[in-house]
Amino acid sequence: MDTREKDIEKLKDYKYGFTTDIENIKAPKGLNKDVIKFISNIKKEPQWMLDFRLKAYERLKLLKEPNWQKPKYPKIDYQDLYYYSAPKSMKDKPKSLDELDPKLLETYKKLGIPLQEQARLNGIAVDAVFDSVSVATTFKGELTKHGIIFCSMSEAIQKHPELVKKYLGTVIPVTDHFFATLNSAVFTDGSFVYIPEGVKCPMELSTYFRINASETGQFERTLIIADKGSYVSYLEGCTAPMRDENQLHAANVELIVLDDAEIKYSTVQNWYPGDENGKGGIYNFVTKRGLCKGKNSKISWTQVETGSAITWKYPSCILKGDNSIGEFYSIAITNNYQKADTGTKMIHLGKNTKSKIISKGISAGFSDMTYRGLVDINSKAKNSSNYTQCDSLLMGNKCGAHTVPYIKNKNFDSNIAHEATTSKISEEQLHYCQQRGLNPEEAVGLIVNGFCKEVLQQLPMEFAVEAQKLVGISLEGSVG
Amino acid sequence: MNEQLQLDFDKIIKTLKISEKEIQLKKSFLNKFIESGFPNRKQEDWKFLDISQIIKKNIGDLSFFNDYSLPNKIDPSIFVDGLEHNKIIFINGRIEKIDFSYEDQSQIEINDEIGKNIKFDYENSLIDLNNAFTNKVYKILIKKNYSLKKPLIIYHSTNNKIKSKNVNLSLNFELEENSCLRLIDYFSDNTDKNFVNILYNFNLKKYSILKNYKLDKFRNNNLKYSFNNIEQDDNSISETFILSAGSDYFKNEVNCNLNGEYSSAFINGVFSLKENQQHEIRSTINHLVENTKSYQLIKSVLGKNSKSAYQGKIFVNSKAQKTDGYQLSKAILLDETSEFNAKPELEIYADDVKCSHGSASGSLNENSIFYLMSRGLNYQQSKELLINGFLLDVVEKITDSEIRNLVKNIIGLKE
Repeated sequence: MDTREKDIEKLKDYKYGFTTDIENIKAPKGLNKDVIKFISNIKKEPQWMLDFRLKAYERLKLLKEPNWQKPKYPKIDYQDLYYYSAPKSMKDKPKSLDELDPKLLETYKKLGIPLQEQARLNGIAVDAVFDSVSVATTFKGELTKHGIIFCSMSEAIQKHPELVKKYLGTVIPVTDHFFATLNSAVFTDGSFVYIPEGVKCPMELSTYFRINASETGQFERTLIIADKGSYVSYLEGCTAPMRDENQLHAANVELIVLDDAEIKYSTVQNWYPGDENGKGGIYNFVTKRGLCKGKNSKISWTQVETGSAITWKYPSCILKGDNSIGEFYSIAITNNYQKADTGTKMIHLGKNTKSKIISKGISAGFSDMTYRGLVDINSKAKNSSNYTQCDSLLMGNKCGAHTVPYIKNKNFDSNIAHEATTSKISEEQLHYCQQRGLNPEEAVGLIVNGFCKEVLQQLPMEFAVEAQKLVGISLEGSVG
Repeated sequence: MNEQLQLDFDKIIKTLKISEKEIQLKKSFLNKFIESGFPNRKQEDWKFLDISQIIKKNIGDLSFFNDYSLPNKIDPSIFVDGLEHNKIIFINGRIEKIDFSYEDQSQIEINDEIGKNIKFDYENSLIDLNNAFTNKVYKILIKKNYSLKKPLIIYHSTNNKIKSKNVNLSLNFELEENSCLRLIDYFSDNTDKNFVNILYNFNLKKYSILKNYKLDKFRNNNLKYSFNNIEQDDNSISETFILSAGSDYFKNEVNCNLNGEYSSAFINGVFSLKENQQHEIRSTINHLVENTKSYQLIKSVLGKNSKSAYQGKIFVNSKAQKTDGYQLSKAILLDETSEFNAKPELEIYADDVKCSHGSASGSLNENSIFYLMSRGLNYQQSKELLINGFLLDVVEKITDSEIRNLVKNIIGLKE
């Protein structure tokens, strides 16, 4: 093996594939009332929260797992999972970062999460969720000055129950689909953000999720509320160790935007995708939904999906307020035996609502990529418009790229335009780049980055750089 | 409904002269249909327009038995003028006449193949219904190197002898090498509240050409379902044009398997709908080998309370490199109560392909209306001119000039 090949080999390896030896506290295996009570109890939750969970659990018993999606997966035994796993040292919550388990801190260092001093330099406030529990939130002082609440979900339930009670479950009700309801019943932690009226959040808020323990499912719940006239940009990153088994990740994210406010939500999802033979990896079944509740409100989703054995998510916007705007920018890359079924839903209810969907799918190896989207313009949504563009790029004839858009126009004042193309990297483009001295891998990286440019531009600076690298790494070994 | 089905089925069996084995086969189709019932919105392919609900609402109790022993009177006024043609006349579910008088009789074979039901791999309970209740299955074979001199028009007609009935028709065409058939389905109904279920199978051998034009223009309250299955061999061409405007409900499905290299399929459709009409086109084009081509263009003009849906799927097998697939659907919504649904789907497993689809819907462009009005037309005229231009685009895609003119006359389009 020459050095170049070795380099590639190194790059191909999943950079975040380490595990950390930390003692965990786990709830007993299985899903039942007692486990839910255990979770609620250990988190010292009030009665209304337990009721919320139990209501979801009752509902869950009536629901069946959906099976309409393209990627099929072996049946998950929900009784064979741990629904709660917390690092033991977290039992008595540390008061400051210094009291954190040094091993934990080391893990985050490996992840490159700026938990400590370097955080100040980067200027990003971070909430890190390890397995199921939120570990630390940085930059609290600065944020409190503006009246911004940025904390873990469990803390919010204790300290701001009125806000949680008012908004939790209003966008994703307990009576939603199977995985969302499962999350409502057993969610363990997540982030909570509240931006008060008129405040523009001075820094990017960021959460890192990591699944460490084996046989655990991660069920986090994120709730972001942007009050009138406020603005926040929120970043989310995910990693997991390399394991042979498949792990379940079923998160719920709810966004609520009031009058004139805006939320920008960016995700770089890099869960462990399994090895090149398709063994192991995360099942990423996530429900993300935003509600543009007020007038002139805006939600913008940006996602870079490179990880997970199976990704199955549709970040959606319900455009209820008049003049509200929904945007969705997505890059999904699948390689080896990965499968992704992703897209968005834009539901236009208010007048003059606008939405834009840009989706770029790249599939290589034996993978399968599906864009599935819905644009629904209600009869009351006068003068609304939607523009959708979804492009797919195929590398090799063992992979698949699919587009399944649903378009419903019930309003004659409104316009919908949809375009989709499927193609491959042309020989001429490759030849041109190679002629100029790039090797085939680099050439593909360059062309793919160009293909994704429209979406990468939407990401905040720090993330854009990481995402660009990730795009390159994910496709290593797929050409030549 | 199930008891009714069983009773009607027993009655029909008595009137048919078929062997015990064939009866058993029909029974198995009936049982399959009873098990699944009419398709409903829970099935992906029926998501937009739910036939079981529509039957319940528009017809109520449907009966499945028709007395085929007595011939129906043929009303010559329904015949198309100004175009010499061969005829198959189909009234109230009974084939009254097959007339190929313009053709060389030795080149066409017509057989009744009631025992050989047309079978497909996919689940579709309406095909089962058709197979269980149809009283004749004709197979029409066009022999090698023969092109029909005149088009064949199939008249689909109903008269007031039937009401709330289900009527089935099943035809099987085989086009041998280098043959050509132009086929027009011409719908003229004077009745309402019947459910017509049509099943065609086309087998296209090398270098053969099929042109199928489905013209549903005259307003009636019947519900119709038509399924075309087209199997194509090397270098064969199929062209399907659908004018969907007359019935209360009409769903056209076209399933096209491009099994041979250099074969191509074209589907063009026009919806022109008004008061309470609900129409749908669903097409599936399976590109199974290299160098195949498909093209689809669907346009809708939707008036008050009308609804149209287009579900188009392009499937490209991993072997089917160099596929060229194109799909475009456009809709003009004229009223606030009109609705357009689309699901243009791509499923692609090969990398060296050129596939794209587009879909656009909206209202008439006010600027264009203003432009025309400033040239002296009134509002209504401007609107009509724009709509005609919009639809003419699809009609112009008809490759046969005789038939193109016929269609233009029927729609009332002038160049």
